[in-house]
Amino acid sequence: MVEDLLHSQPGILNFGIFFLLATVLLLVILGFVTYAILAERKVMGFMQLRQGPNQVGGRWGLLQTVADVLKLLLKEDTIPKLADKPLFIIAPVIAFAPSFIVIAAIPFTDKLQFADLNIGLLYYIAISGLTTIGMVTGGWASNNKYALLGGMRAAAQMISYEIPLVMSVLGVILLTGSLNLNDIVAAQENVWYILLQPVAFIVFIIASVAELNRVPFDLPESENELVAGFHVEYSGFRWAFFMLAEYVYMFAMASLTTVLFLGGWLPLFSFLDFIPGAVWFALKFMFVVFLLIWFRSTFPRIRADKLMEFAWKILLPIALANIFLTAIIKEIFKLL
Amino acid sequence: MLRTEEMLLNVGPQHPSTHGVFRLVLKIDGETIVEAKPVIGYLHRGTEKLAEDLQYTQIIPYTDRMDYVSAMTNNYVICHAVETMMDIKVPERAEYLRVIAMELGRVASHLVWFGTYLLDLGATSPLLYAFREREMIINMLNELSGARLTFNYMRVGGVKWDAPEGWIDKVREFVPYMHEQLKGYHMLVTGNEIFMNRVKGIGTYTKEDALNYSLSGANLRCTGVKWDLRKNEPYSIYDRFDFDVVTRETGDAWARYHVRLDEIEESLKILEQACEQFPAEGEILAKVPKIIKAPKGEAFVRIESPRGEIGCYIASDGKKEPYRLKFRRPSFYNLQILPKLLEGETIANLISILGAVDIILGEVDG
Repeated sequence: MVEDLLHSQPGILNFGIFFLLATVLLLVILGFVTYAILAERKVMGFMQLRQGPNQVGGRWGLLQTVADVLKLLLKEDTIPKLADKPLFIIAPVIAFAPSFIVIAAIPFTDKLQFADLNIGLLYYIAISGLTTIGMVTGGWASNNKYALLGGMRAAAQMISYEIPLVMSVLGVILLTGSLNLNDIVAAQENVWYILLQPVAFIVFIIASVAELNRVPFDLPESENELVAGFHVEYSGFRWAFFMLAEYVYMFAMASLTTVLFLGGWLPLFSFLDFIPGAVWFALKFMFVVFLLIWFRSTFPRIRADKLMEFAWKILLPIALANIFLTAIIKEIFKLL
Repeated sequence: MLRTEEMLLNVGPQHPSTHGVFRLVLKIDGETIVEAKPVIGYLHRGTEKLAEDLQYTQIIPYTDRMDYVSAMTNNYVICHAVETMMDIKVPERAEYLRVIAMELGRVASHLVWFGTYLLDLGATSPLLYAFREREMIINMLNELSGARLTFNYMRVGGVKWDAPEGWIDKVREFVPYMHEQLKGYHMLVTGNEIFMNRVKGIGTYTKEDALNYSLSGANLRCTGVKWDLRKNEPYSIYDRFDFDVVTRETGDAWARYHVRLDEIEESLKILEQACEQFPAEGEILAKVPKIIKAPKGEAFVRIESPRGEIGCYIASDGKKEPYRLKFRRPSFYNLQILPKLLEGETIANLISILGAVDIILGEVDG
């Protein structure tokens, strides 16, 4: 349906349909973010001998995040006197907007995808890098030393980890021969890439946690060193936008991991294909999200210089070696 | 050439990792610290001056608030000083109660350090595990003294309350439980690569430095100096127990971490033996006059608190109040080496180094 609409004459009708679809997706993602935060707090509570939210919205705290968001909306919007006002205001938008744009390219099932791009993977990686500009801008515009340090760390971290991330994905691209995310899923019909590319998977997971700025790589905001890092001066809904960006990226990154390595919407075994693809996708996706939450409650924070060392001296060579090996093995199989 | 500027950064007094109201004025170049200047005194309450107008028993609650994480040792040091001056013999049962209370306090204090240090390094879970065990200790001390943190439990000549029925058994049961939990801590934290990266070789100083800066406690023992007042100058009844003085050789934050965790084990050993030997009957308070008047003269006693050597100096002119009272507060002395350690380090290391010193601001500021 989306394909037909894309190729039909532009008009008020298909604009309306696209607008509606985008709104629905927005609501779905906001719903996910709401419950991802709740899940994170509940799972961490479970791991840390606590209850987690259990007051607002019944025993499971189902409305806790809604209440939190409402509270953030009602908060006074403060801008520091000496801040660079326009930049300060626009920074959360720069951080948030790309996180939403990348969602468009991700295929949730073979039918449910908003933009079937031939360069889907490249698109994702290119756009997601933009968020860091928002963080650096926010850190700079706040006119706060902690924020500046946080912003600088964000920039350094992004540069270091974007490269191993891309390199690890190259192995998958070599095997598929395509940058199209649909093709990548289709190529995993028989065996998932997590089995064919285990090294790439590990590098990818590590680099993606660093991209997401989550523990153990949450240096830009490390609360124990830089208080809150780049968003230390933000409050109310501007702050919420940074947080929202972080969780939407968690959504996007977990989806991408599912697509690249866990076979997307494909079932675990072919005789289980009576279960709809969306369910499979959701299951695998939730597993990745759980993994990220698990990391958060287990690891201490890595040190800034070790982080760089790790990216350049360990992850990057491993990823490069992986590409090399993948290429060689692929050629050998061709000869056979 | 890129022109860079040094930046002045205030860490604290309201900062999540300064453990209270400690302030550091840093000169930084990027993330490298060029110069660090500690500023203290935000929590100064003038305990020593206030004590000059108070009777000896009235001073005890003030010592609770000095090192509020292990108040029992503070209670003990003032009582011990007055007892030394007045030459009071403390009853057996009271001594055992004191030792058990102090060692429980030591375990609790090291647990707080363990949890908060890991929290400083970014791991959130160990704090909650450590506080689970600490809560049990605090509940036990609560049963004993009626307070969770500021116990006001010891008196000149003994202790205020006898142990409630079955209390000793609770302590006895706690010992194996704690041993088990310690294994869990080691599994979760000690072998973690990221954690080792954060502490190994960080904040290293030599034996000579440690002695010159008059460090004590785990901060001294991490350099290999075997010095523990419980062993070297036994006070109370510590000479009756069989335990080791834990030392490490490397003198870095990693060594301090190990010394503290192993000290928990040693404290558990003492607790076990103390519970075995605990006298079934007996007085808990020696015969002391209603109004305590220390004889004219002066006395200095020192004991081993979880943070190091805590000392108490009393100069008395024979009245019911001290003429001058002075506490040697170990956190204050241990903090002095900080500017030297911080030079040339990064901000991330600042947190590892400061956390490993184990300061309690109530004690630093007096």
